[in-house]
Amino acid sequence: MIVVAVHTPSRLGRWLVSGPPLAYLIVFFALPSLIMVLASFRTPGEFGGLAPLIEEGKLDLNLESYARFFSESVYAQIFLKSFGYALLTTLFCITLAYPLASLIARSSRRYRDLLLLLVILPFWSNFLIRIYAWMILLGPNAALARTVNRVLAWFGHDPVPLLFSAFAVLVCLVYVHLPFMVLPLYANLEKHDQALLDAAQDLGANAWQRFWRITFPLSLPGVYAGAALVFIPAFGIFAIPDILGGPEDSLIGNVIKQQFLETRDWPFGSVLSIVLTVVALAFAGLAAWVARGNLRTPSSARGSRA
Amino acid sequence: MRRRRRVVLWAAALAGYAFLYVPLIIVVAYSFNNSRLNAEWVGFTLEWYDKLFHDQDMLIAAGNSLAIALVASIVSTLLGTAAGVAMYRYPSRLLSVLVLAPIAIPEILMGVSLLIFFVLLNLTLGLVSVALAHIAFCIGFVAIVVRARLAGMDETLTEAARDCGASPWNTFRYITLPLIMPGVIAGALMAFTLSIDDFVITFFTAGAGTVTLPLQIYSMIKIAVTPEVNAVSTLLMLLTLALIIIASKLSPTLLRSE
Repeated sequence: MIVVAVHTPSRLGRWLVSGPPLAYLIVFFALPSLIMVLASFRTPGEFGGLAPLIEEGKLDLNLESYARFFSESVYAQIFLKSFGYALLTTLFCITLAYPLASLIARSSRRYRDLLLLLVILPFWSNFLIRIYAWMILLGPNAALARTVNRVLAWFGHDPVPLLFSAFAVLVCLVYVHLPFMVLPLYANLEKHDQALLDAAQDLGANAWQRFWRITFPLSLPGVYAGAALVFIPAFGIFAIPDILGGPEDSLIGNVIKQQFLETRDWPFGSVLSIVLTVVALAFAGLAAWVARGNLRTPSSARGSRA
Repeated sequence: MRRRRRVVLWAAALAGYAFLYVPLIIVVAYSFNNSRLNAEWVGFTLEWYDKLFHDQDMLIAAGNSLAIALVASIVSTLLGTAAGVAMYRYPSRLLSVLVLAPIAIPEILMGVSLLIFFVLLNLTLGLVSVALAHIAFCIGFVAIVVRARLAGMDETLTEAARDCGASPWNTFRYITLPLIMPGVIAGALMAFTLSIDDFVITFFTAGAGTVTLPLQIYSMIKIAVTPEVNAVSTLLMLLTLALIIIASKLSPTLLRSE
């Protein structure tokens, strides 16, 4: 007789294991986030922070900070600018990540892990150091700025500073986020069936057609995943414009920092943070939704396979 | 035709690798450069390292960073391992969301919400608040590595142990834990690296009096470019790269994107 012992997970064991991390994350992540949402409905305190919750028997909850956000167009403009920077960053990352990811996906097993590790390593070096590196590279005395300005001088153009400019901010945004695009793109390209490309070639498709009509459509789920991974952190960035940008390159992250640490207007800072979260999550949701939809509707490449 | 395409692909990818590495190599090279300017190579010197080891502020910052990273990596490894095991054994939506959300949202959001939280709690901002914040975002990274390790484990081993009468704790202690240990260590090294490198969340939760290495680097580069920053950057890079390479050897899944 065969006895099959079924060990049902005990309720106690479950709580002993998941209880501590759950409790920690509820206290130090969920609760602070909830408090921030509540703070967005409060009145700023006289000396920064928040006004008392209950004053003269009245509960302090209002929509004033939201009203301010929607009435002063400067904040919508900064959001739009941050959105533009994050979108451009995403597009440049796709362009740069494509050759890297395809090379890694096509290389032999022996080199693949090394090539992948080389993409990931810069991501693990300190964030500030990577920003600082561009301060050096784009600095006024560095070779790059001198060469650019010498070329500009030939055309009779005044010298332009590379550092503390929108250009510096964008280059560094792309630099910092590139690994986030390479990884999902590589994971996708690795799974492609070479037979599809061979078939296309047999049917007379040239390299360009094979890329645009087979490889690229099939890689879209990877592109969308990478886009979400790049766009979200790029949208909320504050250190890069803070260090490499000029006064006009302030993005939404800088305004949030300013509200919390300088103006000390917590309710308004919370409103900006919440809008940032909503836009970032909407973008991630959109990317996931488009990626799923893309898998269901047979693209031309999949259609030919069916 | 085919060869030309390969050459083009290689050239484009090489340009990509150069873009990733040239900036970091320049930081390292100029840390040995006998010039204040960080603009062109003059000659070799160790002056900046010597200066670094006599810079009192920098040494205090390094001490703070190490203390925070040690505490944060130990606590987050314990909690993150539990979270990883729980996510694998008892999948729950709530736990997954709470573990992964701190990784997915822009860092600044966690920074400001913890700032409000700590100030409302009347907790003096400093080493403790920074460590508490670091633990919160490290848990997720440890949990992901541990769960990946569990997913690659032979489930029949734990079933055999249970069939032989081992209690759930003994099964975990003598079967599961030794098997997932490389993942746990990899997670701990990752947590240490993330903590010692963190700038954004530390910036909001450290308060005025406490300085960590990244905060010290930030205040230095806000004033001017100086080779002393190159020197500290070089040492910090060496440390984190060594930790990450060891971690990726222990847990090859670190290389696969999640």
